[in-house]
Amino acid sequence: MRRQVPLALCFIAGVFMAVQYFIPHFGVQDFQERLRAWLMTLLAFAFLLGTVSLIKLHWHKIRNRADDRGYSFVALAGLAMMVGLGFIHPLHHAPGSPFSMMFLNVQVPIEATMFSLLAFYIASAAFRAFRARTLEATLLLVAASIVMLGRVPIGDLIHEQIPNATRWILEVPNLASKRGIMIGVGLGMMSTALKIILGIERAWMGGKE
Amino acid sequence: MHGQSVCGSVGCRGVWAVVVVVALAALFLCPTAALAQDAGEPAEADTVAPLSPPTGLEAVDTPNDRGSSANLTWEPSADEETGRVLGYVIYHSTDPDTGFVFAGRVPPGSSSYRDGGIENNREYYFRVAATDGTTEALSETAGPVVAVPHWFNVERINVLVAVVIFVTAIVYFVRSARAGKELFIRRLAGLDEIDNAVGRATEMGKPILYITGLSGISDVATIAAINILGEVAKKTAEYNTRLIVPCADPIVMSVEQEVVREACAEVGRPDAYDEDDVFYLTRSQFAYVAGVNGIMVRQRPATILYMGMFYAESLVLAETGSSVGSIQIAGTDAVTQLPFFITSCDYTLIGEELYAASAYLSREPVLLGGLKGQDTFKFIVGILLIVGFVVATLAATGVIPYDFMAPLYVTG
Repeated sequence: MRRQVPLALCFIAGVFMAVQYFIPHFGVQDFQERLRAWLMTLLAFAFLLGTVSLIKLHWHKIRNRADDRGYSFVALAGLAMMVGLGFIHPLHHAPGSPFSMMFLNVQVPIEATMFSLLAFYIASAAFRAFRARTLEATLLLVAASIVMLGRVPIGDLIHEQIPNATRWILEVPNLASKRGIMIGVGLGMMSTALKIILGIERAWMGGKE
Repeated sequence: MHGQSVCGSVGCRGVWAVVVVVALAALFLCPTAALAQDAGEPAEADTVAPLSPPTGLEAVDTPNDRGSSANLTWEPSADEETGRVLGYVIYHSTDPDTGFVFAGRVPPGSSSYRDGGIENNREYYFRVAATDGTTEALSETAGPVVAVPHWFNVERINVLVAVVIFVTAIVYFVRSARAGKELFIRRLAGLDEIDNAVGRATEMGKPILYITGLSGISDVATIAAINILGEVAKKTAEYNTRLIVPCADPIVMSVEQEVVREACAEVGRPDAYDEDDVFYLTRSQFAYVAGVNGIMVRQRPATILYMGMFYAESLVLAETGSSVGSIQIAGTDAVTQLPFFITSCDYTLIGEELYAASAYLSREPVLLGGLKGQDTFKFIVGILLIVGFVVATLAATGVIPYDFMAPLYVTG
């Protein structure tokens, strides 16, 4: 019973969502929209689960005197402070409110810093990818060099055909392989969805039986 | 007589001033009349010609819709060319002669409108007026139109045919597999390496980090990643290796906790499950990256698995994992992130291989049957692509008429 009920619900919901794609009738479409609204409600409750998980994890680390418990102190203190600041100011999203100040002046710059690290990582990854050790790596190096040159004015100055070569690389071999991958992905998604709806794939429930 | 005017007297200057004022007044207050007089035309010609109305108004029930709407089409007003038309105003009524109310407005140049504000199963009449901002020129009345909700979208019949073929292929091969038919699946190096990666982590006494990306449970890639997690969790439970799963979505976290718990129980090691190892981090993209990178640097996992949907964070995660010396296996259907994973990881599952992974790892015949059905449909798609390519080439070179292609263009 513990397995049958989720499987039956999954089958009914999955078949309904597949069938509604072909039925434009307002009764069916309105019900589909209502289901999506339920998902949003579920998500709101799920955030509570997430917060409980976060607090439990860090509390256990502090209680068990884990080596990295210092980070747990910071995480819990940050969480408590932001929740507190949200409650003490009636318009916590208003410009100048303590909550907004903390968000804009602490969290946003930290996230921007993390994002900007991407530039350095791209440089190190490119260095590794462009080492011409094999034929494939050499082809990649040549193609990447042409594409990069074709994207800047100096490429046109070196040879007028470089921008055209860039366009050809991006629009013919690159696009063809991307589309090939995307066809496979689309079919894979459909196949996985179908196996879940029909109850063939049950790993998402944690097991076979 | 220095400073004397041409006329030379105050009275004469006054007459000139009056003439100038009258002439200016005539020019500014009645320019059309002045120009008409200059051209020798009668004064009546100053009235503006009435605006031309739109013609050929047709109204039909919107096909393949949810109901409550009608499609209108018309020929634009002849005054479009002169630039006088500032737009079209649409009116509807349940009476052909009276009671027309505003239904919508479209900019100049438009020749169609979908009126979505009518009731189902009731007769409606429509008019469209060209407007120049002050006056309107009404078209003839079109109708009656009765809006009805439709039960089948015929524009999607091609999708339905494809789905039926696809489902049939999968069901056929799943039944064949159930009947005991041997099914071949090619080797996937990345998945073969999972056993070695778990073994390596066990030998080193270090954990395995499993990351399912930032997408929610409604993303099929996340579900595929959860399916793989179940198989990985069984192996880690067998080897008594710690498995850390930081989550970016609370619903995904709940499902993953359940999956890991069940996987541990299935291999007879329920004690191997630790709830604190499958935990929620944050929804924020780069806060999640910071958290996971912190775990990588502090825990130095022997193996890191990236399975699911990834965005800009992929390279930051994979490069950090590479820098701490972990074996990294990635699998994603995010085409734009694949080059980053291929560069930074030891093995990468590309696109559909992610969806095949669960069947590959479990080796269950029924799941392998699903893969075979998927491959069969891919073969059909390949054949159709080649046929389309040949037909398009023949049409473009004039060997066959261009209209020959028209029936193949099915919208949906």
